Amino acid sequence: MPSLPIRSAGLAWLLGVGLGLGLVPATLAAQAPPPPSEAGDVPQGIQVAKPPFSPGIFPCTNCHDNKTLKPNPKRRVLTEMHTDIVLNHGPKTRWCLDCHDLNDRDKLHLVDGEKIDFTVSYRLCGQCHGAKYRDWREGVHGKRIGYWNGQKEYFLCVNCHNPHSPHFKPLKPLPPPMHPEQIQAWKGGAR
Amino acid sequence: MTMEQDPIPQPESCEGGCDVSRRVFLGAAVATVAGALTGCGDISAEDFLQRNFREMSKQEVQETIARLEREYKEQFGRDVYVGNEPPIPGVIFAYALDLSRCIGCRRCVYACVKENNQSRDPQIQWIRVLQMDKEEGVNLEHDTAYYDPPEVPAPGHFYMPTACQQCKKPPCVKVCPVGATWREKDGIVVVDYNWCIGCRYCMAACPYGARHFNWGEPHLPADELNPHTHYLGNRPRYKGVVEKCTFCIQRTRNGRYPACVEICPTGSRKFGNILDPTSEIRMVLEHKRVFKFKEDLNTQPNFFYFYGV
Repeated sequence: MPSLPIRSAGLAWLLGVGLGLGLVPATLAAQAPPPPSEAGDVPQGIQVAKPPFSPGIFPCTNCHDNKTLKPNPKRRVLTEMHTDIVLNHGPKTRWCLDCHDLNDRDKLHLVDGEKIDFTVSYRLCGQCHGAKYRDWREGVHGKRIGYWNGQKEYFLCVNCHNPHSPHFKPLKPLPPPMHPEQIQAWKGGAR
Repeated sequence: MTMEQDPIPQPESCEGGCDVSRRVFLGAAVATVAGALTGCGDISAEDFLQRNFREMSKQEVQETIARLEREYKEQFGRDVYVGNEPPIPGVIFAYALDLSRCIGCRRCVYACVKENNQSRDPQIQWIRVLQMDKEEGVNLEHDTAYYDPPEVPAPGHFYMPTACQQCKKPPCVKVCPVGATWREKDGIVVVDYNWCIGCRYCMAACPYGARHFNWGEPHLPADELNPHTHYLGNRPRYKGVVEKCTFCIQRTRNGRYPACVEICPTGSRKFGNILDPTSEIRMVLEHKRVFKFKEDLNTQPNFFYFYGV
């Protein structure tokens, strides 16, 4: 039942991103490369869920506008902002700008320097996690909702795994089933 | 018009021009007598005379569904849709569950209860999640369904959800003395709740514990009722009938994923058409390590367990 509103919301959001993509290079007039064929990686007819941004945090250029807040490429421990982010992902030497782009904070970048949107962050994850990326595209890893024979929605890697600390977090289980002995005591016997 | 002018015809004086046909009269009489003899006093004549779902004509199915919708509306005070969508040609459903991902959180159990209108009290749950020891592997002598740690997965354990395995050779169907349960063309084993006599032979025959009996009058609060139902699936059940997982027949025959697939937070549950070579279920079967539960019994399940690592 929840699939329809989510799917339509996802569609509206994707349309919004599409418009945004059209506008961003025009307004910022940045040194943006020609738009890469980002959608080519996912089978056609498949929509990807919205990235799970913390409320109010996107677009990052609200603060990281490269004017009042100059980009600082120096490798350091953040003490003023984003202190809630605990980086526990791979080797200790990893830090923010390995994935986030220095000059355009609304983008991520691949190891070859290509800038990508947050909506296609799976391409970034897939650089190291190739086997999982392949399984995800085929629908074996990860979650899909919608229609088994039609329009379906993929969840992004980051919808389930926090990219800064990707190990899946333990959950509180829902209550166990009632033991048959309990049912008897409560109903005064099965018969 | 005629009713106003003529007195209501009495059965004795009814010769030839009577509205009440012989068939309906006898049916009502038989139902009344049967009701008195069996103690099922509130059963209607149509209900009593209803045939097995597979033997009904299209018109009988329509009439039965209309009657059921009326009865459910009286019972719950809400509009209930009872569908009878047939199997989709060229489709056989299959299910795969990733044992390396499941964390035993039981979200699927309660999503299933909500979607499929199980009785809340007495409690009936179609999915049973077994906690097993990693050291023992899949060993039913070292499992429990009643685990309740503060967080799952608990160290040293893995989890194996079980439900109906939708067998190609279902022992439950074989033993049913009245033909109230059968395997549909799309591979779903279904129950006609109006034809089931409650003998529970099928529960004894099922090696997976997948069938559940309504020992008491099922209690389902009207505001928790899912009004989108299927005759062979999640329509509200009666006391004294057996029920089981139907792969969410009311959803999957309309193209949607089952409720347990959509709720699973770890994406362990995979569902699709086994005849479609591009489906994710075929990818799993062709590329992952797969096993069937109690394969030695030759029940030939359409439910597979796999290791996605």
